[in-house]
Amino acid sequence: MAKILMKGNEAIAEAAIRAGGKHYFCYPITPQTEVAEYLARRMPEVDGVFLQGESEIAVGNMVFGAAATGKRVFTSSSSPGISLMQESLSYIAGAQLPVVILNVMRGGPGLGGILPAQSDYFQAVKGGGHGDYRIICLAPSTIQEAVDLTIEAFYIADKYRNPVMIIADGMIGQMMEPVEFPDEINEPELPPKTWAATGAKGREPNIIKSLYLDPLRLEDNSIVLYKKYEEVKKNEVRFENYKVNKKNKVLIVSYGTMARICQTVIDELEAEDISVGLFRPISLFPYPEAALKEEADRANIKTVLTVEMSMGQMVEDVERVVKGAKPVKFFGRTGGIVPTPDEVKEQIKYLLRSESAKG
Amino acid sequence: MEEQSKTIFDRPESLRDVVTHYCPGCTHGIIHRLVAEALDELGLRERTCGVAPVGCSVLCYNYYNCDFLEAPHGRAPALATGFKRLRPDMIVFTYQGDGDLASIGMAEIIHAANRGEKFTTIFVNNAIYGMTGGQMAPTTLEGQITSTCPNGRNLEDVGHPIRVSELLATLATPSYIERVSVHSPMHIIKAKRAIKKAFELQAENKCFTMIEVLSTCPTNWGITPGDSLDWVEKNLLAYYPLGVKKRPDQGDK
Repeated sequence: MAKILMKGNEAIAEAAIRAGGKHYFCYPITPQTEVAEYLARRMPEVDGVFLQGESEIAVGNMVFGAAATGKRVFTSSSSPGISLMQESLSYIAGAQLPVVILNVMRGGPGLGGILPAQSDYFQAVKGGGHGDYRIICLAPSTIQEAVDLTIEAFYIADKYRNPVMIIADGMIGQMMEPVEFPDEINEPELPPKTWAATGAKGREPNIIKSLYLDPLRLEDNSIVLYKKYEEVKKNEVRFENYKVNKKNKVLIVSYGTMARICQTVIDELEAEDISVGLFRPISLFPYPEAALKEEADRANIKTVLTVEMSMGQMVEDVERVVKGAKPVKFFGRTGGIVPTPDEVKEQIKYLLRSESAKG
Repeated sequence: MEEQSKTIFDRPESLRDVVTHYCPGCTHGIIHRLVAEALDELGLRERTCGVAPVGCSVLCYNYYNCDFLEAPHGRAPALATGFKRLRPDMIVFTYQGDGDLASIGMAEIIHAANRGEKFTTIFVNNAIYGMTGGQMAPTTLEGQITSTCPNGRNLEDVGHPIRVSELLATLATPSYIERVSVHSPMHIIKAKRAIKKAFELQAENKCFTMIEVLSTCPTNWGITPGDSLDWVEKNLLAYYPLGVKKRPDQGDK
């Protein structure tokens, strides 16, 4: 299929349809409302379901009920709305249902602002709602990648019967780029959804629930989830390196739009004969721990620099993985401010100067 | 002799042969049975999905013999909306208490009713939070003593109890809303008729139907099961008048 020019929010919406996510519930919030507007027009064309709910609390729970049918369901929101969906995400994870959620992050806390940010990392990766559960979390850095990951997300959600979040920032949602949709989607076969509520005809009733009053049963359910997440960690790690080589003195760790800006930084520094590499996590949960550790441990790397559109969230995972083997530094701006390549370059030069001053 | 061995009363197929956890004198059991009888008589069990609330009836899926979802507190109408929109061929009902529906879930029920979602809500109102041990609900009567209004509900402090059926009946979209009670055999027969009618209307693809059922809570009201039935007659009926609040011919969409 030929490339077409599309806005990120609309491209992700179309990708969801292509992946069979033809059942969508929403509540308007900037900067992702184009997803809802696009699907309001598109869903009737594909015999899908489009419904605008009364709040993100209700929408999260509509998605919960819809997922219980065994059909592919999708919702999207932005940071404050995603906060309201945390109730349903905890229940959906506890009841083991597949759903795909898009978070087009804006600045926080509170009402914050409407410009791009990456300050929902903790919420997405470290819990968000109550209980022992994880959300599989994929972070695109281009609109094409957002399309590809959205398509994959529906399969991953079905495979593990778990929520999958596409975590983008306002820049990915609002920017236009040429994208290509696959002509057909070939997925490995999945087992039939015998757990779905389809009517107890000729079988025992299916009960979709997360309540276990017997503590041993509740612990068992948490162990089932734990084992599932261990499988996810084995199978679903995604990352990309950019200009990582033996000359690098600094290793940048960055994701999403910020990683893309860091590629410009790396190209420009290369012209100044300063060698920097980029490690870009694509899956934020599961975090690419082994791969990052390997790159950070290389003898030529003097400093690991985490760059985020936040006050420093993912950097805690980088520190956890690097385990003190190298100094882990942080640079970030937030509140909707997207760091410029010059700002990041300055930061790297400053780091290198202080390194050489130390001898 | 053969005549005498004929079964004239049995457990509905839509209920399982299990012991419930409900307190003595609680009328959840009667209401469960009425819903099950309606599903049986209309032949709907095999294509029905219930949605359980949070509260005393959270475990009702252990007693019904059909598919069930368990919702977060107050969100049953949102789950039912999502489910029914994807499976309009199925019969969907929520079973919710007054804390669940009239307090934490008020937004979800009003908007589901107003959109005309094609499911049935069984709203069990006993004017108190049962599961958590007898706290004040939005439906608690003036002067009624609960553990969070130990001196009785004070209207100046927390306002009047909400009449949910009348509130929802102000909306143009819902097709059928009726308040019934189960504190006497006559009332039980009338309640059964209303519940069955709600499911019939749903099976005919009519939009939102709700039956509010006045119920008892001897444990948390602190009176005997027998006195609880009298308390329903004397106090609940006085504030929550029985009857049809919205008919299918009044502005069905």
